[in-house]
Amino acid sequence: MSEKTLYDKLWDDHVVHTEDDGASLIYIDKQLIHEVTSPQAFESLRLAGRKPWNIQRNLAVADHNVPTTNRNEKIADPIARLQVETLDKNCTEFGITEFDMDDIRQGIVHVMGPEQGATLPGMTIVCGDSHTSTHGASGALAFGIGTSEVELALATQCLTQKKSKNFLIKVNGSVGAGVTAKDIVLAIIGEIGTAGGTGYAIEFAGSAITDLSMEGRMTVCNMAIEAGARAGLIAVDEITIDYYRDRPYSPKGEHWFMAEREWQKLHSDTDAEFDKVVELDAAAIKPQVTWGTSPEMVVDIEAKVPNPADEFDPVKQKSMENALEYMGLIADQPINEIKIDKVFIGSCTNSRIEDLRAAAAVVQGKKKSDSVALAMVVPGSGLVKQQAEKEGLDKVFIAAGFEWREPGCSMCLAMNADKLQAGERCASTSNRNFEGRQGYGGRTHLVSPAMAAAAGVAGHFVDVRDWV
Amino acid sequence: MEAFKKITAKIMPLDRANVDTDAIIPKQFLKSIRRAGFGPYLFDEWRYEDVGEPEMDCSQRPIKKDFVLNNPDYQGAKILLTRENFGCGSSREHAPWALEDYGFRAIIAPSFADIFFNNCFKNGVLPIALPAEIVDSLFKEVEAGYQITIDLDTQTITTPKEEVIKFEVDETRKYRLYNGLDDIALTLLQADKIKAYEVERAKRAPWLFA
Repeated sequence: MSEKTLYDKLWDDHVVHTEDDGASLIYIDKQLIHEVTSPQAFESLRLAGRKPWNIQRNLAVADHNVPTTNRNEKIADPIARLQVETLDKNCTEFGITEFDMDDIRQGIVHVMGPEQGATLPGMTIVCGDSHTSTHGASGALAFGIGTSEVELALATQCLTQKKSKNFLIKVNGSVGAGVTAKDIVLAIIGEIGTAGGTGYAIEFAGSAITDLSMEGRMTVCNMAIEAGARAGLIAVDEITIDYYRDRPYSPKGEHWFMAEREWQKLHSDTDAEFDKVVELDAAAIKPQVTWGTSPEMVVDIEAKVPNPADEFDPVKQKSMENALEYMGLIADQPINEIKIDKVFIGSCTNSRIEDLRAAAAVVQGKKKSDSVALAMVVPGSGLVKQQAEKEGLDKVFIAAGFEWREPGCSMCLAMNADKLQAGERCASTSNRNFEGRQGYGGRTHLVSPAMAAAAGVAGHFVDVRDWV
Repeated sequence: MEAFKKITAKIMPLDRANVDTDAIIPKQFLKSIRRAGFGPYLFDEWRYEDVGEPEMDCSQRPIKKDFVLNNPDYQGAKILLTRENFGCGSSREHAPWALEDYGFRAIIAPSFADIFFNNCFKNGVLPIALPAEIVDSLFKEVEAGYQITIDLDTQTITTPKEEVIKFEVDETRKYRLYNGLDDIALTLLQADKIKAYEVERAKRAPWLFA
């Protein structure tokens, strides 16, 4: 038997049937459901008189539209409210477990899943959300799907897929102080581009990856999609297994020991072959800041805004010019001179307890710059919020003039009331700096939680390594 | 889903790389619980001068005249010609819904983002990946009234100069799109295999069936 990659193992383990052209019917162990991409799927099931294949393989939570301010009030926007109420109604009708807005377990679907042990190593996991790649951090095959496939997975517990190619990204050595998982993944995207992983499942490996906590690994896999790969993966090790011990939905008793034995096998074999390999030196990675309107438009904090005149490819040159115009930046301007208007610390990329600790450590005893109109911290779930409050992080943020909010997707995509005004510039720990992503005309710079916090204090981007 | 067999239609050139699904259909429109009606909001931020809101009457909104969707030469186009990595970002199927609702049945680009590519096939929209130099030459040739024929059966594009360009498409996807088939009905034909898989898997991973 030939040597297998982690992705090969997960794939082979879930094939129900393969067609002549290689398209395979893949079994789905868990589907996560949220309010935005599911209503049409439920409606369509209802119209066809179909029932879910297995309600226990689904778990729902509202996250995109929920307000991050007072939860005692109903959602003000009637269209958003209808969407959240529709999820509640659908889950009740079809018998699917949902954590509603008042549940302490409510949170961003990709924070809640691992936190509850609802998404586990070795599983296939889907959700109508591209950042489902996050769950690959636990040695699972997890990817985002559209609404038609949400319906298909509900009705059949399967999806038709063509196997992706294998891509290994090794980050060797260790990162310096002040350099985080976010900087690693932004540096990777800067290296391979936003389409570098298209058609591949990316396995992240190397000592800089295995040194990361589960939270850090989730940050890296979360942004695999920003490198074009539907799925990001990291092999299971002791850190993974320790993380899942005693989670509410984790296997119990004898099943835990059986699972643990099986999960130990979830790594690429020593001589497994990859279709593509890229290696990075962790020690060379500095804190990253995006300057443009695509995550690949990224440089380090010591750099200057790139000059389109230096770009040879005319398509890229035009993209750079468009981006500079939209972002209101000038070529060759030093990154650390860019002033910001708002700070957003949150999103499925960076709203876990470790992220909040890193940001709080930076703002401890300091004050938000007067030139920064708003700095908001949005925990990833009710349980993250509770833990942070137990540690007194909320008080650190509030004392520094940062707002402490209720959990949800919030200003990562600005579907709720949290958004940038046109022309406003934000230091954001989210994952996409697309035009209009955080609000019409808003300008997003993607950074780590520590870098966002430091920018909030200084009023412009600063090298957080000088602060730690 | 509407079957895709053969179309002859005008091309609209959208000369941008990395067009993301937030640009195709901005987030505020995703609050809808319906599947139809997204066409008027397709490329909303590039297309209109004002900020779009759900359920807005778009006929009265000020338009950005230099955006290609507003160019009279390309009205009625059913084929979108664009650059690499089209449809990157969010998995929202509202993107192909909006393209289809507007009237696009095919998209030609050097490359597509995976999730978007897959979503197109579920909605009767054919995404065609062609080598960058061919896409480039199409961009040079396109002008008012330029029409091509796309034949899914023969997997060919025929240009006005009778030049024939072959394209690739997976057999399974082609079969379903060509016949406008329902994925769920087809998958349920394999119900016995799915059940057998579950029985076998429950032995290997009983904690998933507890």
